[in-house]
Amino acid sequence: MAEIEATTGTLALALPFLAAALAPILRRGLGHHAAWLLALAPAVAFAILWSTVPRVAEGEVLTFGYEWIPAFDARFSFRIDGLSSTFALLITGIGTLIVLYAGGYLKGHRDQGRFFSFILMFMGAMLGLVLADDLLTLFVYWELTSITSFLLIGFDHERERARRGAIQALVITGGGGLVLLAGVIAIREWTGLHSMTEVLAAGDALRDSPYYTAIFILVLGGAFTKSAQMPFHVWLPNAMEAPTPVSAYLHSATMVKAGVYLLMRMQPALGDTALWTTVLPAFGAVTLVVGALLAVRATDIKITLAYTTVASLGLLVMLIGVGSETALIAAVLYLIAHSLFKGGLFMVAGSVDHSAHTREIDQLGGLGRAMPLTFAAALLCALSMGGLTPFVGFLAKEEIYHALEYGDAYHIALLVAAILGNALMFAAAFIVALKPFVGKKPETIEHPHEGALTIWLGPLVLGVLSLLGALFYGTYHELFSSPMASATVGEPVEIEIGWIPHLNLAFALSMATVALGIVIYLASTGIRRATSGFLSALGWGPDHGFDQAMRGLLRFAFALTSRLQSGRLDYYMTATVIVIAAALLVPMAITGAVPAEPKFPDLRFYEWVVLALIIVGIVAVVIAKNRLTAIVSLGIQGFGVALMFMLLGAPDLSFTQFMVETLSVVILALVMTRLKLSPADHRPLRETLPDAALALAGGIGFGLFLLLITQRPFDPVLSDFFERYSYAIAHGRNIVNVILVDFRGVDTMGEIAVVMITGLAILALIRIRVGRGGKAQPDPTETTP
Amino acid sequence: MRTIIFRFTAPYLTSLMVLFSVFVLLRGHNEPGGGFIGGLIAASAFAIYGIACGVAPVRRALYFHPLAISACGLFFAVIAGLLSVFTGQGFMTGLWAFPAILGGDVGLSTPLLFDIGVYLVVVGSITSIALALEERESD
Repeated sequence: MAEIEATTGTLALALPFLAAALAPILRRGLGHHAAWLLALAPAVAFAILWSTVPRVAEGEVLTFGYEWIPAFDARFSFRIDGLSSTFALLITGIGTLIVLYAGGYLKGHRDQGRFFSFILMFMGAMLGLVLADDLLTLFVYWELTSITSFLLIGFDHERERARRGAIQALVITGGGGLVLLAGVIAIREWTGLHSMTEVLAAGDALRDSPYYTAIFILVLGGAFTKSAQMPFHVWLPNAMEAPTPVSAYLHSATMVKAGVYLLMRMQPALGDTALWTTVLPAFGAVTLVVGALLAVRATDIKITLAYTTVASLGLLVMLIGVGSETALIAAVLYLIAHSLFKGGLFMVAGSVDHSAHTREIDQLGGLGRAMPLTFAAALLCALSMGGLTPFVGFLAKEEIYHALEYGDAYHIALLVAAILGNALMFAAAFIVALKPFVGKKPETIEHPHEGALTIWLGPLVLGVLSLLGALFYGTYHELFSSPMASATVGEPVEIEIGWIPHLNLAFALSMATVALGIVIYLASTGIRRATSGFLSALGWGPDHGFDQAMRGLLRFAFALTSRLQSGRLDYYMTATVIVIAAALLVPMAITGAVPAEPKFPDLRFYEWVVLALIIVGIVAVVIAKNRLTAIVSLGIQGFGVALMFMLLGAPDLSFTQFMVETLSVVILALVMTRLKLSPADHRPLRETLPDAALALAGGIGFGLFLLLITQRPFDPVLSDFFERYSYAIAHGRNIVNVILVDFRGVDTMGEIAVVMITGLAILALIRIRVGRGGKAQPDPTETTP
Repeated sequence: MRTIIFRFTAPYLTSLMVLFSVFVLLRGHNEPGGGFIGGLIAASAFAIYGIACGVAPVRRALYFHPLAISACGLFFAVIAGLLSVFTGQGFMTGLWAFPAILGGDVGLSTPLLFDIGVYLVVVGSITSIALALEERESD
C-alpha cells in the first residue's frame, strides 16, 4: 500500500471548497466569465487525480490522511483505488464542464455567484465521499452532499415547488444518511473495523458477524435513499426543479451514484449472501421497469431523463445484487457510460429549454437546423444510451446480457426486466434527443438559436467521449473500467469486450432490445396515455404518500407538544416536584438507605435567632393572605439562610445568596404586578392539601438526602488539591473564585452562556405577551400547512 | 414607590452600588467577591434606578442594550479562554503578567478578563429582564 503525497491529495480535496469560497467575489468582478476561472479548480483536481491513474491501474492503492479524534479511532483519511479513482475523475471531469455550462446557462442570473458556490461545495463533498477511507469521514461527506443538494434544488427558493422538492430530497436522503450513520456505528462497534481499507481486508468478518442482517439493512437504507430506489425514488423527479446544470451533475452523473458507489465498495465485504442476491436484484428490477415506464410517460423532457436515471440506478443495483464477476463488470461499464451520456443529455435538455423556452415534448420540434452542435451532441449521447455500437453504452449492454444469459428462473426474470427496461430507455433516449430536433417547427418557438460555446461544449465533449471510449476500448479498459471492476469484485479482473459485435446470444438480445425500443418509440404517445390513465386510476403514489407522511408527522408533533406543553405554570411545577420527590424518596425506600438520626449540635444564642427567623419566614409564606406579603416573607427566609452561611464560614456563598434573594424578591414582585393577578389567592382546602403534601414530600426528600450525604465519610482529595494549588498555580487566595474562573473555567463559560440565552428567551417571552395582548397560545392553524 | 426621597437618592445609591460592584469584582480573586456577585450587585443597582426613575433614564445611562453588554461579556470570556491557545497552551490556561503600576505589583491575567466577562454577562442579562418587566409596568 503506497503513500500518496498527502499535500497533493488534500489539495485536490480542498480545491472545490476554496473555489466555492471565492465564487461570489469572482462572479461580482468578472460576471459570467468567472466560470472559466472557477472551472480551473475541478480541472486541477482532475489533473492531480489523473496523475495517479497509471499507478492505480497497476493495482496500487494510495492512502493518505490525518488524525481526527484519536480517542475514538476516528481518522480523516482517504483512499484512492480503481473504484474511487474512476468516480473521482468523473466527478471532477464532468464537474469542470458543468461549471462552464452553468457560466453560460445562468448568464445574467442575479444569484449566479451563489450558484457557483453551492455547486463547487457539492463537488468537494462528492469528491470527499468517494475518496473517503475512514467510515466516519465517509458519513460526514455523505451528509454534506445531502445538504448541498438541498441548497441546489431549492436554488429558486421563491418558487414553492422548488422548496418542496428541496425539502423532500433532504428528508429522504438525509434520513437515509442517518440510517447509514447507524450502519457505520454498527460496523465500528460490532466488528471493530474503522475504515474501508480495514473492512475490505477483513474478508468474511462482516458476513460472518451475527449482526450481518442489521448491518446489511442499515447500509442499504443509506444506499437506496441516495440512489433513488423504489419507493424512495420520488425525490429525484421532484429535484428537477433545480436549474439544469444541477440536474445534469447531481441527479445523473454524481450524487445519485453515491448509493451505487457504497454498494460497489461494500460488495466484496457484504455481498455474495442469499440476502444480498435476493433483495438488491428485486428492488433494482422493480425500479428499473417502473422507472423506465414512467420515463416514457413523462411529457417534460427533463422529467423523462430523471425517470430514466431512476431506471438506470435500478439496473445498477440489480447488477451489483447479482454479484457475479460479469455482472459487476457490466455494472462498472454501465455506470461510466451512464455518467457520460446522461450528463450530456441533461445539458442538451437545458439547451433546448434555453432556446425554445419549453421542455414539453409536444411543443418541441425542428430545432436541428438552428442548433446543429447541440443536435449532434444529443445524438451521440442518445446512441450511447440506446446501446448502439460503437459507443460505450454498447459495451455495457452486451456485458449486461452476458451476465444474465443463464437458463434458471432467477436470471430469466432479471433478463426480462433488463430487456424491457433497456428498450423503454432506448425509446426515452430518442424521445429526448431526436423529437425536439426533427420534424416541423411549432409556431410557438420563436427564435431558436445555438447557445454560447460553454453551453454546447459540455454535452459535445461527453458525447464524443462516449464514442472514443468504445473505439479505443483497450486503453479505456486498462485505465478505467478494469481497475474499477477489480476493486468492485475484490480481485484483479481483465475486461476485454470491444465495440465490434460478435454473433452470440448477447448480441441477439441486444438487437431484440433495439427493435422493441423502436416499436416503443413509435407507439410512445399511446403508451403515455395508457400509463397516465392507469396512474390517475390508481390515484395514489409514493409522492402523495410523502406529503401524507409529512402531514401526519406534523399533526403528531403538534398533538404531543400540546399535551406535554400545556402552557400552565402550575402544571409544570407540579410535574417537576413530583419527579424530584420520587427521584429522592423512592431509591431510599427501596434500598433502605435512610440516614441515621443526626446528632443535634449545641447552637449559640444568635444561631437560634437566625433559625427562628428562617422558620418565621416560612410560616409567613404559607399563611400569608396577600401575594406580596408571601414574596417578601420568602425573602426573609432567604436572608436567614444567607446569614447562616455567613456564620458557618462561607462568605462567598452568603454574599451571593443575599444578592440572589434581593433580586428574586424585586423581580418576583415586578412579575406579580405585571401579571395583573388579584392580590390574594383563595383556593379551597381540597386543592391546597395535595399541593402541600407534595411540597412536604419534596422537602423531606431533600432533607434526608442532604443528611445522607453529610453522614458519609468526607473525601478531602479535591479540597486538599484546591487548597494547595489555588495560590501556587492560579495566584488567588479565594478558592471559590479560583475554581470558578480558572480550575473550572470551562464550566463557568457554559453557565454564563446559559445565563445569556435565558436572558434572551425571557426578553422574547415578555415581548410576545405584550404583542398579543396577553395571549401567547400557539395557533394550531399556523403550524400545520 | 416613586417618592421624592427615593427618586432623589436613587442615582447616588446606584452609582455607589456600581462602584462597589466593580470593587467586589476586582478583589474577587483573593477576598470574597468575584464577577458573579459583582454582576448581581450592579444589576440590582440598575433595577433600583429603574424603579425609582423609570426605565428610559436607565437605558440612556447604559447607552448599550443590556443584552449587547451581556454578549460582549461572553465574548470577553471566550477570548480569555482562547488567548492561551495562541501561545501554544491548552484552552483556558491562565496567563499572568505582573507589571509594576504606580509602585505596586498589579496582577493582570486572563482569569481576570474572564471574570470581567462573567460580570458583564450577569449584569446584562439580569438588567435586561428587570428593565423589560419594569417597562411594562409604566406603559
